Amino acid sequence: MSFTELALGNYLALAAVLFTIGVFGIFVNRKNVIIILMSIELLLLAVNINLVAFSAFLGDIKGQVFAMIVLTVAAAEAAIGLAILVVYFRNRGDIAVEDVNLMKG
Amino acid sequence: MDVATLTASLQLAAPEVMLAVGAMALLMFGVFAGDRAAMLVNAAATLLVLAAGAAALFYVPADGGEAFSGSFVVDPLATYAKVLIAAMAAAALVLSSTYLQNEKLAKCEYPVLVVLAVLGMMMMVSSRDLIALYIGIELQSLALYVLAAFNRDSLRASEAGLKYFVLGALSSGLLLYGASLIYGFAGSTQFTEIAIASGEPSIGLIFGLVFLLSGLAFKISAAPFHMWTPDVYEGAPTPVTALFAAAPKLAAIVLIARTLFEPFPVLSDEWRQVLMAISALSMGVGAFGALAQTNIKRLMAYSSIANMGFALVPLCAGTLKGVEGMLIYMTIYVVTTTGIFACILAMRRREGMVEEISDLAGLSKTHPGLATALTVLLFSIAGVPPLAGFFGKLYAFIPAIEAGLYWLAVFGFLMTVVAAFYYLRLIKLIWFDEAEQPLIAAPREANLIAAGSALVVFPILILPFAAGPGLELISYAAGSLF
Repeated sequence: MSFTELALGNYLALAAVLFTIGVFGIFVNRKNVIIILMSIELLLLAVNINLVAFSAFLGDIKGQVFAMIVLTVAAAEAAIGLAILVVYFRNRGDIAVEDVNLMKG
Repeated sequence: MDVATLTASLQLAAPEVMLAVGAMALLMFGVFAGDRAAMLVNAAATLLVLAAGAAALFYVPADGGEAFSGSFVVDPLATYAKVLIAAMAAAALVLSSTYLQNEKLAKCEYPVLVVLAVLGMMMMVSSRDLIALYIGIELQSLALYVLAAFNRDSLRASEAGLKYFVLGALSSGLLLYGASLIYGFAGSTQFTEIAIASGEPSIGLIFGLVFLLSGLAFKISAAPFHMWTPDVYEGAPTPVTALFAAAPKLAAIVLIARTLFEPFPVLSDEWRQVLMAISALSMGVGAFGALAQTNIKRLMAYSSIANMGFALVPLCAGTLKGVEGMLIYMTIYVVTTTGIFACILAMRRREGMVEEISDLAGLSKTHPGLATALTVLLFSIAGVPPLAGFFGKLYAFIPAIEAGLYWLAVFGFLMTVVAAFYYLRLIKLIWFDEAEQPLIAAPREANLIAAGSALVVFPILILPFAAGPGLELISYAAGSLF
């Protein structure tokens, strides 16, 4: 079964939509830092869909290797993000986004 | 891959292998010896980083070459950047020891994290493949996120870590999305093959390049991706800020130069437009943003944003001279900024570190040596003629003027004048105002590094070297991109 350009377009569109939702999740969300962490995962998964779709379309294995590496790094990133969040929660007692404003940026 | 190629690859990557193995060994030692051995681990990490820099210079074959199927490259540019990164990171480690002890932060993890960040930076400057580039950036960033939040009992530090993490992860996402588009439309992740494929540039490739460039601009804190910088600089422990301001910036901007010049020479008209916008915005934001600041670390954050703008000016020319100008500017910048942070770390009152600008008042009466060093460094970063910073700006603006970018050079010059205002305000406070409270005697290593970098930016010492072998070295390094 060949992977047509039409199918590739569909996958790219899906990834673009997921990526946009992820970016909006970071900027529009005013409630909870956990939602930001979920949005970051969404960004990375959108990239993975892109990589795997391109890999199948090009018949090149490197895209899938890249996707595996992204998954691994995403796990490390989530671990560090949660660790920093726990430290922040201990100091602040709250993880609402509006309260992350001790310093004015 | 047969054994001979693997051995050759590992030899080319010797500094990175040393750092990776060394970091693990230090971590094991630290775990078993406990935090009592923190200062020992700190000293060992300093030596390790310096040894990695020396290995990059002396052990790795001088003619360099490609390793790991072309994903990793050793050329004069990479070697130059690695030596400078190692020197700046070692200086930051030395500066941290007294501070960490005073603030009761002396833990074994700190030097290990710095070593891992340096490993990431060295990967960045050597990467010639999108996957290697991503691994390098993440290795550096993940270590730096934790360092920013290292003072975990402080709300400020954990807020800085949180902000840095969220925005840094977003920028990694942008960068990766760009990398995936480039992979798809060029059909390869290797820079040399992308260069062949981008012969007939498609719209997808340009899109990918813009995303990639946005992600990288985040890492050098160039406007409009600078929002995290002031908060992270202010919240993070000061020695961590000293590290942030120098080595990662150099690594990221060398990476930008390589990612633009090697795979995308055909698209240079497109990326030069993007660079010009980023550069002009950074100079403006950095110069005007700093005017209202009262915290020294925030001021230095805006100063670094402006300086990244200046460093991008020569790259906008897209020529060999431009890369040379960027390297000269960055070299002078990292030395100066490390010196300024050494001065900040040398100032301490009984109740804690000096962080407010007003605390600088009367420094010349109590600590004339420190005041002189800080004044020389501030004059240099402001670009006052006899000092090195002036020559840095000169070499940064000339390529832009030669490429016909007069407006950018004129704008840069105007922003230099605006920025000079706040540097001069600091100097006025140091020399002409009265002190309120005395400072405690400064740690010796901070004094030494401050004096050392002040001497380096002082033209009498630097000119004979810089005019001859220094410039030759830098143009040799820059030549490896062409």
